[in-house]
Amino acid sequence: MNSTPSNGVPILRLGDVLVTGLLNELDDKSAVAFTEELTARITSDHARGVLIDISRLEIIDSFVARTLMELTTMARLLGARVIVAGMRPPVAITLVELGLQLTGVETALNAEQGMAALGWHQTPSPPEGVLRDTRQ
Amino acid sequence: MTHASDVGTASRSGPPAIDDGFRTAPAVHEVRNEEDLLVVRHAVRAATLRAGFSIVDQTRVVTAASELARNAYVHGGGGTLAIEHLARTGAAGLRLTVADEGPGIPDLSAALTDGFTTGAGLGHGLGGARRLMDEFDIDTAAGDGTTVTVTRWAVR
Repeated sequence: MNSTPSNGVPILRLGDVLVTGLLNELDDKSAVAFTEELTARITSDHARGVLIDISRLEIIDSFVARTLMELTTMARLLGARVIVAGMRPPVAITLVELGLQLTGVETALNAEQGMAALGWHQTPSPPEGVLRDTRQ
Repeated sequence: MTHASDVGTASRSGPPAIDDGFRTAPAVHEVRNEEDLLVVRHAVRAATLRAGFSIVDQTRVVTAASELARNAYVHGGGGTLAIEHLARTGAAGLRLTVADEGPGIPDLSAALTDGFTTGAGLGHGLGGARRLMDEFDIDTAAGDGTTVTVTRWAVR
């Protein structure tokens, strides 16, 4: 598999959560590649949650909306919960006027709140088996 | 030839566009491939900035441009997008004309209905673009392509 991030944004793993994002220049080809890469990583990394930061997106048109909805459904079929975080206010206004509600897509105000919803807090507790410095 | 228009129906449209103080020659961009879609978006974004649009209006116009350009590329087999700066008393405007030489839209009222799609999209492109702009005009004929003209005014 190609290890270069198709979308220009790496997919990081934090415990059982994958963290990634979308950039503005999403075209058909990179959307398909991103979808394939993310679903493959959910499986290989046994991810239970996915955070997609969209704070860089200046617009969401129906194409990007469809990509997000499909990604969310695919991830759910693989047992992972997706949270889309950081939508800009003008993007939210425009999406509603377009008639798109991103049905089925869970959102959070920002990445931090999204991670909290996925079970990550400011004092993270890694899953069993992860070495941790417990010195006080 | 089928035609649909709702020029000036929105309350925010203000006076009709016929009293334009000045016009600049439209800048025409090709919409032939995926990269063109991004180039066109950047060009429209730059034009909204130049016209002094608010961030929400910028987002509306760029989103509408993206929908229409993608329609022309996917359904029309490619086309052009022209950007025109308009001005009238108290307002700057931006007019986008998206034209393709594709098969045309056989059932225009269906195509303007949310959720209607013949492609892989969500079926909100045309109706959505109509709602995002102040003025909307479409001409289409079977085998003779489609031209969509949309305008948004920014009240100063």
